[in-house]
Amino acid sequence: MKSDHAIVLKDVSFSYNRGFVLDNVSLSVKKKDFATVVGPNGGGKTTLLKLLLGLLKPDSGSIEILGQSPEQSRLRVGYMPQHTQLDMQFPVTVMDVALMGRLGSNFWGRYSKQDRIEAEKALEEVDLKAYKADHFSQLSGGQKQRVLIARALCSDPELLLLDEPTANVDQESELALFSILKELNNRMTILIVSHDLGFTSQVVKSVICVNRKINIHPTTTMDGTLVKDLYGGDPRMIRHDHRCSERGHSCD
Amino acid sequence: MIDFFHALLDPDLTFLRNAFIVGIFASISFGVIGTYVVTKRISYLAGAISHSAFGGIGGALYMNKVLGFSFIQPIHGAIVSALGAAVITGLVSLYAKEREDTVIGAIWAVGMAAGLLFIDLTPGYFEVSSFLFGDILLISPHDITMVICLDTVILLTSVLFFNKLLAVCFDDEYATLRGVNASRYYLLLLCLTALTVVLLVRIVGIVMVIALLTLPPAVAGKFTTSMGKMMALSVFFCMVFNGVGLGVSYSMGLSTGPVIIVIAGVTYLGVISLKRIKALVKSR
Repeated sequence: MKSDHAIVLKDVSFSYNRGFVLDNVSLSVKKKDFATVVGPNGGGKTTLLKLLLGLLKPDSGSIEILGQSPEQSRLRVGYMPQHTQLDMQFPVTVMDVALMGRLGSNFWGRYSKQDRIEAEKALEEVDLKAYKADHFSQLSGGQKQRVLIARALCSDPELLLLDEPTANVDQESELALFSILKELNNRMTILIVSHDLGFTSQVVKSVICVNRKINIHPTTTMDGTLVKDLYGGDPRMIRHDHRCSERGHSCD
Repeated sequence: MIDFFHALLDPDLTFLRNAFIVGIFASISFGVIGTYVVTKRISYLAGAISHSAFGGIGGALYMNKVLGFSFIQPIHGAIVSALGAAVITGLVSLYAKEREDTVIGAIWAVGMAAGLLFIDLTPGYFEVSSFLFGDILLISPHDITMVICLDTVILLTSVLFFNKLLAVCFDDEYATLRGVNASRYYLLLLCLTALTVVLLVRIVGIVMVIALLTLPPAVAGKFTTSMGKMMALSVFFCMVFNGVGLGVSYSMGLSTGPVIIVIAGVTYLGVISLKRIKALVKSR
């Protein structure tokens, strides 16, 4: 039973100072799943991600990633942070950034020829091989996210964790991103944290709602109950297909 | 300037030649470590480290004159207290995220205060300003050996661990996830900074040394996009600032440290202004 799960959380609670950010939550994500974590700001999405990465420790409960503790499984997990957290003036090339994914337990941290080949392969996978000598800061938001995905990929992870890959990215890049992720999902489990509460890409197989508690939904059952879970009430949907103007109401 | 080159070769002016050699060799470490300091944005920490070296200088003078440890030189005290300050500021910024700037500011001032108190307690007269603002007349052949030794240590460490230091500076969280002990490398970087700062205390002094650590990489950063090239260019600029500064100060009879710093500052301003003007012209 354990072996076919990539992520297993049992009765995990976590608090920063007062009040639980995560309150006695349990969760399991199957291997080869494509899951997305959604929830309101402050609902505990980022905390959950940091717990999965072992950057934070739970107050109680247990976390198992690929059958090991989060710290032990680190080298088998790929992680893509938000590019906006990085210093954009930092003097690194695209290749430099991708290669960081090959840093391992090697004492000196030197890169071998094999490391360079793997990094190039990963850049090719995200369609950025042509940019490998370019300055990281000169890329667009979407391209930066893809470089960070390549960095996560070149260690050949079994689980890929992505923190808001579509934040600050235009719609075209978002589509490109999801088609790459769909491809990758054939060989690894993917978990995305998304700021987009309401709707998610068709590629996603299951939805994990985090708001102090965790609820899991398959994407096919997107109904009123899910929306209520998410927003904690009955929100109204914005009709982007309709326009209101002085001359009256019109629709596409 | 021609006089300066003659003076460099003049056997009676060994102090000038020593200062030139120290400046050139120290530039290597300054360029390399300065690039890390600028890109990691820790020049404020580096400032605290360099100022607290004064505490060690005072302490060493006290031990030398009062306690009779004649082998202890001010530079040794500077190294010890700069390293101590590096470890303390590092630990503070790693583990006590809040109020980090307050603690760093305190280390900055307390280090200097301790130095002055030690000097008060030490009988005899000391030219305090020679430590604060540099004095090339005090440079001895011993300093050259010291600079070359520290240079070797700093260069070997920072070149051998280049990839790990780069990853920690760029994204320490990710480096941690790749199994790199980010905190350890951060502390290592601060200790290397401490050693580097001490190298040029004789020439530019404790108060101004921070500018020579940050200005060459700042200028270099305007011309290149890769870390390695930025380091090489910084070394070059630092050598130029040191060499030209020494030459100008000798020809005009001015203090060397301030001349070096002013040249570095004016170059930086000039470079960013030129870049700005170029961009404006282009957008027309």
